[in-house]
Amino acid sequence: MTTSTEPYVLNIGPQHPSTHGVFRLRVVMDGEKIKDLDMIVGYLHRSMEKLAEERTFTQNIPFTDRADYLAAMTGNLGLAIAVERLAGVEVPERAEYLRVIFSELQRIASHAMANGTLISDAGAWQTPLLYMFREREKILDLFEMTCGARLTTNYMRIGGVAFDPPVEFWPALQELVDELPDRIDEYHELLVSNEVFLARTRGVGVISPEDAVNASLTGPVLRGSGIPWDLRKADPYSVYDRMDFDVVVGKSGDVYDRFMVRMSELYQSVKIIKQAISQIPSGAHKTDIPLALRPDEGEIYSRIESPRGEIGFFLVSDGGPFPYRFHLRAPSLINLSLLNELGRDAALSDAIVTLGSLDIVVGEIDR
Amino acid sequence: MRTATQLSGIFVSQVLGKSLPDIVTAVTDEWIEVAPDRVIEALRWLLDSDEFDAAQLSNLTAVDRHTHIEVIYHLQSLDLNHQLVVKTRTHGMDPAVVQSAYPVYKGALLQEREVYDLMGVRFEGHPDLRRLFLWDGFPGHPLRKDFLAMPGRITPGLEGFPFEDKDKPIRPINQENVEAGVAYVVTGETDENRAETDLSEGRG
Repeated sequence: MTTSTEPYVLNIGPQHPSTHGVFRLRVVMDGEKIKDLDMIVGYLHRSMEKLAEERTFTQNIPFTDRADYLAAMTGNLGLAIAVERLAGVEVPERAEYLRVIFSELQRIASHAMANGTLISDAGAWQTPLLYMFREREKILDLFEMTCGARLTTNYMRIGGVAFDPPVEFWPALQELVDELPDRIDEYHELLVSNEVFLARTRGVGVISPEDAVNASLTGPVLRGSGIPWDLRKADPYSVYDRMDFDVVVGKSGDVYDRFMVRMSELYQSVKIIKQAISQIPSGAHKTDIPLALRPDEGEIYSRIESPRGEIGFFLVSDGGPFPYRFHLRAPSLINLSLLNELGRDAALSDAIVTLGSLDIVVGEIDR
Repeated sequence: MRTATQLSGIFVSQVLGKSLPDIVTAVTDEWIEVAPDRVIEALRWLLDSDEFDAAQLSNLTAVDRHTHIEVIYHLQSLDLNHQLVVKTRTHGMDPAVVQSAYPVYKGALLQEREVYDLMGVRFEGHPDLRRLFLWDGFPGHPLRKDFLAMPGRITPGLEGFPFEDKDKPIRPINQENVEAGVAYVVTGETDENRAETDLSEGRG
């Protein structure tokens, strides 16, 4: 006897652990399969772009903390670089190295969080996540030591960074980068050989390279599909052109590959930090800029590689102290462009793992 | 201002003009501009051409220019590693209509919904043009410059929400409580038994 099923609507979120924030999915299910899927966002919309039009360029830096709150450093840096390019501000050498060190620390913290929550979504509830948090905690301690904040750092400034790290920062950083590779090896051993994890992630949520490029995906999601595209190499900013590191790519574009790309990028980030520590010169950490910076009339689209992909700032200046238009290209939002196609005809449990592997931050989606 | 990997608009328009004459309506060193009803044609040509290979729609956004809205496409070639900027402008503000780029780039799906929501540009041919962040009944498009008319960029502070109807407040107020002047009401509490409840102590 065959059992007939009827489609029904299932609401996931906005408050649900697997949606990584206040993100809501409205799913039409037929049995275990998803027939249609609609994402509903905006629960965290704070009208950042409108508010930015009434604040000076410097006053806008804290907004970028609150956009991608798991990678505040790269958000800060993206805006700082965009304004520097627009206004032609020079940055001291020491500040450039500090920017690289803090961006890469942030990348490690963010990737650890992304992979930890992905494993949680796949069913290994909390234990691996807490392992990942062990390293993230130490990085956040370093942030706190330097700028007083752990999450909303507000550290990068137009023309440099806010503070030179204190003396106790450097031995703590050295200790961290010395032990990190061993710790990452430990995670590899713990997770990658786990058969349940492999079964849940291999061949799930496959994105073809053509689709990934056409749908504007960036960051580890694009690299997981086998496209070697990293803005640190392709359009080097700061002093990334002096660093020796590899761009990690996946092969099949499934959840497992995206996970492994993030995992392997941890090693590359450690490699970059080690080089930056050995090369960093002494000197000023900041250039003096006018309190109300007035860039010449014009516009710029400037982007950097955040842990989630291409974070871009489109700024239009009319010669005044406030931006005429301030747009943040949010990689978290645009990486969801294929969510509908990925979710359709997948099992619900697979769709949750796929969503986890896209590594969204709702603060950045909604802005 | 052009970034290091950005192609000159003049160069792009020269090459594009050979295949599609009259499509470029304005050009500067930074960007080219096309008519709003020929966006797909221009984008598809740039995507297919070997010389530009604009494989990815890196960013799509819009700027309110008071008389019209400017929609900006930042295109990226991953193989040739260059960027190019295409702009278009709507005819007037209401309605502001532009062709959707979705048939060429899937990445336009959510970005166009965002621009529609916040800037009020209607993208023709978009498969699912709904508001993205705000709710369906939200009046107006907040990123437009006239959404809150603020003279001289000074914010005097708002009297209320711009869409608020003073006669019908958004939050229904319990009129009985307002008249009685009671700030807090405990269920089952009357004037007689109020002294018995500890809650009456320290009542503001």
